[in-house]
Amino acid sequence: MQLVEFTDKGLYCRPGNFYVDPWRPVERAIITHAHSDHARWGSDQYLCHHHTLPLLKLRLGDVRVQGQDWGESVDINNVKISLHPAGHIIGSAQVRIEYNGEVWVVSGDYKTEDDGISGVFEPVRCHSFISESTFGLPIYTWKSQSEIFSEIQRWIKKNEEAGKTSVIIGYSLGKAQRILKCVADVTNKILVHGAIWNVHQVLQQNGWNLPEVKRVTPETTKEEIKNAVVLAPPSADGTSWMKKFNPYNVGTCSGWMQVRGNVRRRNTDAGFVLSDHADWNGLLQATKATGAEKVFVTHGFQAAFSRYLNESGTYSAEVKTEYGGEEEEQEKPSTTQEQKSEINSAGEEES
Amino acid sequence: MKAFANLIVKLGTTTKTNDKLEALSHYFATARDEDKVWVIALFSGRRPKRLISSGFLQLWCMEIAKLPAWLFEESYHTVGDLGETIALLLPPPTQQLADTSLSYIIQKLSELDKQDESVKKEFVTSTWIQMEKDERFVFNKLLTGNFRIGVSQKMIVNALAKTVNIDPSVIAHRISGNWDPFTTSFDELLSEHSTASDFSKPYPFYLAYALDNDPATLGTVEEWQAEWKWDGIRGQLIKRNNEIFVWSRGEELMTDKFPEYHTLRDILPDGLVLDGEIIPSVDKKPLPFALLQTRIGRKNITKKNLQDVPIAFFAYDVLEFDGIDQRDQPMEKRRVLLEEIVSRIDHSAMLISPVINFSSWEQLATIRGSSREMGAEGIMLKRNSSTYQVGRKVGDWWKWKIDPLVIDAVMIYAQKGHGRRSNLYTDYTFAVKDGEKLVTFTKAYSGLTDKEFAQVDSFVKRNSLEKFGPVRTVKPELVFEIAFEGIAASNRHKSGVALRFPRINRWRQDKKADEINTLEDLKKMLLVYGK
Repeated sequence: MQLVEFTDKGLYCRPGNFYVDPWRPVERAIITHAHSDHARWGSDQYLCHHHTLPLLKLRLGDVRVQGQDWGESVDINNVKISLHPAGHIIGSAQVRIEYNGEVWVVSGDYKTEDDGISGVFEPVRCHSFISESTFGLPIYTWKSQSEIFSEIQRWIKKNEEAGKTSVIIGYSLGKAQRILKCVADVTNKILVHGAIWNVHQVLQQNGWNLPEVKRVTPETTKEEIKNAVVLAPPSADGTSWMKKFNPYNVGTCSGWMQVRGNVRRRNTDAGFVLSDHADWNGLLQATKATGAEKVFVTHGFQAAFSRYLNESGTYSAEVKTEYGGEEEEQEKPSTTQEQKSEINSAGEEES
Repeated sequence: MKAFANLIVKLGTTTKTNDKLEALSHYFATARDEDKVWVIALFSGRRPKRLISSGFLQLWCMEIAKLPAWLFEESYHTVGDLGETIALLLPPPTQQLADTSLSYIIQKLSELDKQDESVKKEFVTSTWIQMEKDERFVFNKLLTGNFRIGVSQKMIVNALAKTVNIDPSVIAHRISGNWDPFTTSFDELLSEHSTASDFSKPYPFYLAYALDNDPATLGTVEEWQAEWKWDGIRGQLIKRNNEIFVWSRGEELMTDKFPEYHTLRDILPDGLVLDGEIIPSVDKKPLPFALLQTRIGRKNITKKNLQDVPIAFFAYDVLEFDGIDQRDQPMEKRRVLLEEIVSRIDHSAMLISPVINFSSWEQLATIRGSSREMGAEGIMLKRNSSTYQVGRKVGDWWKWKIDPLVIDAVMIYAQKGHGRRSNLYTDYTFAVKDGEKLVTFTKAYSGLTDKEFAQVDSFVKRNSLEKFGPVRTVKPELVFEIAFEGIAASNRHKSGVALRFPRINRWRQDKKADEINTLEDLKKMLLVYGK
């Protein structure tokens, strides 16, 4: 029996009787981070990192949740659990699970570059590693954050000179806070969409030192918009909400912007390759650093990444999960009741 | 190269016509003349000879990046463009290339012709490792010779017109035809002289818009001339200086593909340009497009080809007569002249596209209903007073096509698309029922909105694990109405039929997979419409 099983509710540790990031309601859920495809509603008890806790409450409402520190161990039915920085977004954690001397690590989503806000990815030695593979093809290699930040800042300057507002698209949790730091270096006129505002408020209340921003409201004046930088989530892109910023240029921050076709499809004026996931080299480097004998590959290009690992001498297998809505740019299929409540509490989709 | 790479990036990523136009105008205003000539050439399909097969490029890239072939393939299917895949897979540049010009690179490439593979490899790989991603991409595009990136000829023409301050229709004429970017200078190309010295030079085609409204909205029937809309290749037949030239609408010189037209050389008057349809025909009746395709694809034309699929020219307009441009004449006058010219010729390869007599729009609608029997795909409406204009213009010329044939089918395979559909499952294979089995009968790539494509993509991704190879087998669940213009028997397809211009008409979310059409239904259509 594997220490972590792949069930139709999610990744399950039988001896500890808990799940990691389950996609159905369960008794006890350990949450790697607060994105909606990993932190789902309906479970009885949640456990996550201290930094994730307020974000989880923002998204799921008043749930029973316990916070934990980096490296701190808890014991559940003789299974030892600890959380380690994943570098994906604020509070994002890898889950280390130890039982009878066997160690598994569930990566959740991660990136290996230190973005200065999400914690520094910590390689954790283990026997089995469950890794994401969102960008698990060698076409995905990232430039450094500082290079991308300079690109964004140059673009903002150019827009200013042309008398245009800069609208930057990025996810409300994670990407937005990163971009904010980049933008704050060149302007103090920053406006944000309501979804980003909500996250911003919660983080500030919890002691995060973030640049000052204003929320876009129906009362926001032309004067406030002129030459401003506006941050908005992907769901706002192309909606009538954007109209009031005219004239404006749109820049999209996402790893998918690496490929020209995606930039064209998104109908964006500028694509910035800024991702909160590890690139191909990051994935290889991270899996190697765990020293794992077995690597299970989930959401993304799992077939390719897994085969490559096998051919390089590391046993690997693909695992089908229901993660990966967050940086995938797909339309949601017909919205079920479950998803609706998720959307409402997430606030991501409000316009 | 940097300026050119920037131009390509800008043109390739923006969808706003104004931004594209601005990027082009900026380029034309700042670039060196010899580079401008190449940009015009590349964007109007005059690409340099392809010197290196894409197989070699792939191989060299795999060697440098130390990647197995399957992973290269997998990357290629996701990116959907070979040149871009290579640009992304190569490691970062180790040294910076001094900024060379576009024409310099093309010149260098042309010198590689007939060189050993090792020389080519040395040049390509050493250039690669000195270039940034965007430059590599355009360099690879030059190597593989494909510059389709959403810039129309019209846009090039408008940007040039803005730069040199000449009327766009004049520019369109000057940059058409048979000129060599290696030897033509920018000034020569855009000078008045260019139209006078090139005997082969065609006129820019006048294109019709589709008529979606009731034709009665066009006014009285007396103002209009109706013709059949033929299903061949639009072409211009030119005789000047005692030579024959045949151009397709895509500005491809097709003279040598159709020896039938050579026999017209001695009969046609000199200084003549006719607009018409290149179409196979027996006894003055058109043959299906599928047969024309058997002629176009061929390098060597046999006697049997000439006998089985003889090509004719259905003339419908005269643009030049006696060396004089007729395009400003009203169509009714041009028509009289055309009929005179063609009637004097009496040759099986030169026919006139007849005018359809009608006295009311209702009557014409009835006649239109018989288009398929005529081998036509609808009716053309041209205003009697219309001059022959440049490009697609609203108002005087309309195509009034018949409704397509349709059939309901289920999607069973999906493949990722190219260009702006990169990494999205947008290319589908469809099947009809044959008893309990499903039989594939066509692929289709177009017809859904971006939103619908995204939904189908999500369905495909959710209904199987990421798999190797480009094609994914999909649960036969989604039903689509497939529209097509014609149907022909085919022994190359399992279903026994080949469709003309198949595309997705709509997503039948109201239908289940067991409600689709059958192979029997297709065969019935073949009997009625397949000839």
